[in-house]
Amino acid sequence: MRFSEETLALVNKIIRRYPEGKQKSALLPVLHLAQAEFDGWLSPDVMDYVAGLLAIKPIEVYEVATFYSMYNLKPVGKCLIEVCQTGPCWLRGSDDIVHHLESKLGIKVGETTPDGMFTLKTVECLGSCGTAPMLQCGSKFHENLTTDKVDTLLENLKSTNQRTSYMR
Amino acid sequence: MPKKLLLEHIDVPSIETFETYRRHGGYASVEKALKTMTPDAVTEEVKKSGLRGRGGAGFPAGLKWSFLDRKSEKPRYLVCNADESEPGTFKDRYLMEKIPHLLIEGMITASYALGAKTSYIYIRGEYMYIVRILERAIEEAYAAGFLGQHILGTPYSLDLYVHPGAGAYICGEETALLESLEGKRGNPRLKPPFPAVAGLYAAPTVVNNVETIAAVVSIVNGGGDEYAKVGLGKSTGTKLISASGHINKPGVYEIELGLPVEEFIFSDEYCGGIWKGRKLKAVVAGGSSVPILPAHLILKTAKGEQRLMTYESLADGGFISGTMLGSGGFIVMDETACIVRNLWTFSRFYHHESCGQCSPCREGTGWMEKVLHRIEHGHGHMHDIDLLVDVAKKIEGNTICPLGDAAAWPVASAIRHFREEFEYHVKYPEKVANPKHFELEPFRSERLELSNA
Ligand SMILES: Cc1cc2nc3c(=O)[nH]c(=O)nc-3n(C[C@H](O)[C@H](O)[C@H](O)COP(=O)(O)O)c2cc1C
Ligand code: SF4
Ligand code: FES
Repeated sequence: MRFSEETLALVNKIIRRYPEGKQKSALLPVLHLAQAEFDGWLSPDVMDYVAGLLAIKPIEVYEVATFYSMYNLKPVGKCLIEVCQTGPCWLRGSDDIVHHLESKLGIKVGETTPDGMFTLKTVECLGSCGTAPMLQCGSKFHENLTTDKVDTLLENLKSTNQRTSYMR
Repeated sequence: MPKKLLLEHIDVPSIETFETYRRHGGYASVEKALKTMTPDAVTEEVKKSGLRGRGGAGFPAGLKWSFLDRKSEKPRYLVCNADESEPGTFKDRYLMEKIPHLLIEGMITASYALGAKTSYIYIRGEYMYIVRILERAIEEAYAAGFLGQHILGTPYSLDLYVHPGAGAYICGEETALLESLEGKRGNPRLKPPFPAVAGLYAAPTVVNNVETIAAVVSIVNGGGDEYAKVGLGKSTGTKLISASGHINKPGVYEIELGLPVEEFIFSDEYCGGIWKGRKLKAVVAGGSSVPILPAHLILKTAKGEQRLMTYESLADGGFISGTMLGSGGFIVMDETACIVRNLWTFSRFYHHESCGQCSPCREGTGWMEKVLHRIEHGHGHMHDIDLLVDVAKKIEGNTICPLGDAAAWPVASAIRHFREEFEYHVKYPEKVANPKHFELEPFRSERLELSNA
C-alpha cells in the first residue's frame, strides 16, 4: 500500500503547514486523501499506513478515524448519497426526498445497493438550510431538491459511473 | 438603502478573484494597518467598534484580543472558526464561497494586530469545495505580496493555511477545534486555561468566527468609532442572518442590528413573509441551540415592546419569554409545523454530536432523543413531558462545554411555550401516526397565537 507520488508530495506539503514536531496536525487532511485514494473508506491497513507516514502510533489514527463522521470505516458504494435530515431541511420536505431515494434505489437508509453503486445515508445540517432540501454527493451540494432533480442526479451518477469523493 | 459592510460587493461579477476584489477597494485595511498603524492601535479600533463575536456567544472581540498573552515566549496564533455546523446557520459558507478575499484580508489584518506569524482557517470538512476556493484566493494573495515574507515591504510576515475538519459539530467549540487542529478527537478542554493563554500547541491563541474576522476589514478602513455608529446601542454594526424554513425568500441577509424582527420576517427586502399564504407559528432566532419563541413573543416582548434584531432585545425576558441572537440562524415555522417533530430532529442532532466526555450530556441527549421520538410517534405518556424538562435541567450547567446547554435549551423552551402540543401528541396517538399530521390539520390551542402581521 502506497500513495501515488503526486499524493505523497501533497502529504509532505501539508505536513509543512504545521510547526516542526507537530506533524500529527496533518492527520485529518491526510485521512481525507487516503479515503479518496483507497476506494472511499479507511481500512485498518490504510490507517496503519497513515500512522507510519506521520510517525504516530496506529491507535492515534484509529481514535481520530472513529470520531469524525466523514470517515467511512466500512466499504461504501461507488456513490455515497448523504441527505440532510435536520430541522430546517425537514421543514422543507427532506423526509419526502429520503423516501423517494429509498424507493428508487430499493434500499433503506444506511444500506448499499446490491450492485455496489449507491450507499444512502442521512446526515445532520450541512450549512445549506436556505436551499433546503439538500443532499451532498462527493464534494458537491445538490440544493432546492425535488424528486425530479433526484431522478436526474441518479441518472447522471449512473452514466458517469465514477467513484464520488470529497476531494474532487 | 440598508447599510452593507460585508456584502456590499457580493454581486459584483468575479469578485472571488483577487483582481476584481482589489479593484473594489479590497486589501485597503492591510495597507492601512501595516503601513500606518501599530498592532495595538488596530486592537484599539476593534475595541472602540464594539464588535461582538459573530460565532454565537457574542463576546466582545476587542476584549478577547486584549487578553492574548503577549509576554509569552511562544508564537501566537490566530485561528478562524469556519466550522459552521449549528443547524440553521449558513452565512459563513456564503461569505467564503462568494467573497473569499474578504476573509483572507481580515485574517491578515487581524493576525498583524495579534502578532501572529502563522494563522489557520479551520473549516468543516463537508465544505471541501470551499477549501479549494479559499486556497486559490490565498495563492493569489501570496502572489500579490499580501502574504508571505515582508508583506508590502514591511517587516511583517505571515503564513496562512486552510485546515479541513471531518464532520463533527463539536469542533466548532473553540477548544475542541484546537484539539482537532492538533490532529486529535474533538474533545473540548476544561477551561481555564483559556486559549488566549494556552491554545493551539499550548501557545497563546485567538479563535474568532469567519464573520467576526471579516468585520475587522471595515472597522480598520473606517475606524472603530464609525463602525460603532452603525447598529443600535451595544449591538453595533451589521450581522449576517441565515434565514430558513417556511418563508418566501430563504437566504443570507446582511442587516443593520436594530431592525425590527417583524420587518425582517415580512418585508420583501428580507424573508418576504410566510410561504403559501400561511401564518407564522414560531421562530428559532439564533441557530438550533437558542430557545424557540411562539409568534407573539418573537414579534413583541412580554412587555409589549417591538422585538428588534439586537443581542439585547432578543434576550429581553430572559429564558422565560426571550431568546438569543446566537449565530443568526433564523428558522421560521408556519402554522403546519410540528414543534415536537422539529425538536426531535434537534435532539437527535445533539445526541449524535455529543463528544461523550460528560455523562449528563452523553446520556441525557440520548434520553431526550428517545423520549421525543416516543411522543412524536404516538407512544408517549403524560409524565414523559416532565421527564424531558427534568433531564434538560440536569444537563444544563453540569457539563464541560456548552453543547450540553445547547441541547437542553430547545427542549425546555419548546415545552414552556408549546406544552399543549406535546399533550396533544400523547392524547391522540392515532392522529399523530401520520408523520404529516399538522400539514393535514394544523394544531390549534387557545394559548397559541398565530400571526401574519
Ligand atoms: C457546541 C458548540 C459549537 C460551536 N460552533 C461554532 C461554529 O461552528 N462556528 C463558530 O464560529 N463558533 C462556534 N462556537 C463558538 C466558539 O466556541 C467560539 O466562541 C467562537 O468561535 C468565538 O468566535 P467569535 O468570538 O468571533 O464568535 C460553538 C460553540 C459551541 C459550544
Ligand atoms: S457537554 Fe457534551 S459535547 Fe461538551 S464536552 Fe461534555 S460530552 Fe462533550
Ligand atoms: S438543516 Fe439541512 S442543511 Fe441545514
